[in-house]
Amino acid sequence: MKELRLMKGNEALAEAAIRAGADAYFGYPITPQSEVIEYLMANKPEERTGMVVLQAESEVAAINMVYGAAGCGKKALTSSSSPGMSLKQEGISYIAGAELPCVLVNVVRGGPGLGTIQPSQSDYFQSVKGGGHGDYKLIVLAPSSVQESVDYVKLAFELAFKYRTPVMIQSDGIIGQMMEKVELFEQMPRVEPDYEWATIGRKEGKPSTFVTSLQLQAEEQEKVNLRLQAKYREIEKNEVLFESHYCEDADYLLTAFGSCARITRKAMEMARAKGIKVGLLRPQTLYPFPTEEFNRLAGQVKGILCVEMNAGQMVEDVRLSVNGKTKVEHFGRFGGMIPNPDEILNALEQKIIGG
Amino acid sequence: MSENLIKPENLVYKKTDVMTDRILHYCPGCAHGTAHRLLAEVIDEMGIQNETIGVAPVGCSVLAYYYFNVDMQEAAHGRAPAVATGIKRVFPEKFVFTYQGDGDLAAIGTAETIHAINRGENILVVFINNGIYGMTGGQMAPTTLQGMKSSTSPFGRDVKTMGSPLKITELIAQLPGAYFVTRQAVHKPANVRKAKKAIKKAMEYQKLNKGTCFVEIVANCPSNWKMTPVQSNQWMEENMFPFYPLGDIKVPEEN
Amino acid sequence: MTEEIIIAGFGGQGVLSMGQILCYSGVMQNKEVSWMPSYGPEMRGGTANCTAIISDEQISSPVLNTFDTAIVLNQPSMDKFEDAVKPGGLLIYERNGMTRKPRRTDINICAIDAYDASVKMNNTKVFNMIVIGGFLKIRPIIDMENVIKGLQKVLPERYHHLIPLNEEAINKGMEIITVEHKLN
Repeated sequence: MKELRLMKGNEALAEAAIRAGADAYFGYPITPQSEVIEYLMANKPEERTGMVVLQAESEVAAINMVYGAAGCGKKALTSSSSPGMSLKQEGISYIAGAELPCVLVNVVRGGPGLGTIQPSQSDYFQSVKGGGHGDYKLIVLAPSSVQESVDYVKLAFELAFKYRTPVMIQSDGIIGQMMEKVELFEQMPRVEPDYEWATIGRKEGKPSTFVTSLQLQAEEQEKVNLRLQAKYREIEKNEVLFESHYCEDADYLLTAFGSCARITRKAMEMARAKGIKVGLLRPQTLYPFPTEEFNRLAGQVKGILCVEMNAGQMVEDVRLSVNGKTKVEHFGRFGGMIPNPDEILNALEQKIIGG
Repeated sequence: MSENLIKPENLVYKKTDVMTDRILHYCPGCAHGTAHRLLAEVIDEMGIQNETIGVAPVGCSVLAYYYFNVDMQEAAHGRAPAVATGIKRVFPEKFVFTYQGDGDLAAIGTAETIHAINRGENILVVFINNGIYGMTGGQMAPTTLQGMKSSTSPFGRDVKTMGSPLKITELIAQLPGAYFVTRQAVHKPANVRKAKKAIKKAMEYQKLNKGTCFVEIVANCPSNWKMTPVQSNQWMEENMFPFYPLGDIKVPEEN
Repeated sequence: MTEEIIIAGFGGQGVLSMGQILCYSGVMQNKEVSWMPSYGPEMRGGTANCTAIISDEQISSPVLNTFDTAIVLNQPSMDKFEDAVKPGGLLIYERNGMTRKPRRTDINICAIDAYDASVKMNNTKVFNMIVIGGFLKIRPIIDMENVIKGLQKVLPERYHHLIPLNEEAINKGMEIITVEHKLN
């Protein structure tokens, strides 16, 4: 039987990392995600599984430690919150360029700048559109519960190694700080890497391996880019995840991700109670985006309201997906403010049904 | 025909297999080639070629992984000690080295350098100090001497506005995690021998998990100093060595 | 059944653990639960609060603006959360240290002298358990046996010998809570 516990999102995620057989965690404290490293330090993964945990001198150092460990074919992860993720972008770009697998966790707080420590979703663009330089993508998973924070750690490592690409879990201050019931999966073994792309020590009689994102010849760099793009098309084809509620007979559609989707679901239930046929589509992968599902539903509904804890970021992908087939509006609270179901329902009535 | 000239009985010197056959891109007279070779020879002599993982920097030696026949990772500018930390922590039994220039190690990567060494990461840091940014074309480095001209200090380094040259190696020697810190050169045979000895000592300490070993090599840069190789070595002796004196800076207490 | 509770007071009064104990107890009774702390500078500045939700249904937002019940243990918390109680809801306050009485007339109001009671029990650490007892007396949403099971989960095993003391404190709270204002 699986183990049922009441856990904080950040702690559950940390426990999931140990159980997923992670080899190394490198991080730097920042609110509201410090519980990840605190939990790891307190729970002695070095004794439990041999997993390494190290507090780095900065987010910059932490992501480069991940690069080093990932380059050795090891399962490595780091976590931070928004200002810290900005610092990590250089390293993330290098990891994507060198095609290394790793897991990144962003427990998002409000920005810009030092911003606020309260929950937000304002890093959607940074995560989904590529926060660092160059043409690359991250697979972005958006948990909306403590349970998904756990399940997505396992999934993230699977996807990272399947595609040799960094995978982001984009959580936020709500998901990270809240406690909920959670079922933990059983301890998975750590695996000794034996990949031809990894620096695990040269094999006798074979050329040495190097991990790099550098190609001085334009022709060679174009080849790298074409390979990356082909990989992203595969990911788009295979890895889209979403959850839909009451979409089949819906006249109107609500959409939201992460913690915001929980609140939006309440608004949907309130609308249904009033006799308004509303559905909810919750992207679980922000990249790859459920473009086809939005496009399909756009032919059926009279309008879509995208609810986000930001000034309107995912709404752009929704608009691109429906390609003008139906009206798409945005409702957001930001800077750490959290929308309540009443104002979401009100926005639906004003902007979509009445508008 | 030429193959027959070299026979086991008359072979006195051979390029180590730890270096590839790729032609070095370094400028004529540059110290990088010699420094690479010394490190490669030490790895060869210790028989640790298949257990060594190196980290290349951003700078002239950005392509070092083409020349070393060991597994290597190319780090972002300044981040080599963090990358090396990641490698060493997951592979504590491997030999890990970084090879970094002065801009990489003592400017953009100062934090990574200081903290990796302060943690006493069991790695070797090879630090090539030529007082200039080579790859980007001769800009001022943190170690550029007072009054020394560079493309971003065309009238000489003015310490009032540009700061003084940074003696990062002396700074590092203060850290408890630094086990062995030394400053060498490779411009003359005697220096080459000493430098190789220092590198070997460092690698042997790594085997014993003693902490970070740091080998600075004061080097010339004929191209960006705008001198001939011979002139540059002479200039280095006259100007660099007085400010960056050669010799051991921190040696293990038991020695 | 859905009970949305805010618990607020000084750091050290056991505010966060009260919420956790209620949630653990809820889990033992097969309820859906969520617990959300206030975090950040206010956590370090002396006051703390947490939101605990116990429900038969899936919980949407763990963060709320209005509550069925507010348990306030100091004056700043009463000032902040008295108005956040839903009309018809419940306010429980600790009398010790309060400088004024609640003003609302559209909610149920209860008072508890948990601090005095804990002093009389020679153990001020059970203060928060006395408050929990008072709350469960007024809103019996969780059975006592499940609260004990919840405590077994929250407390490290080396403290399990203190469970009878905690049970005693809960009973004490149930005994001493007084209704100050009751809606019909």
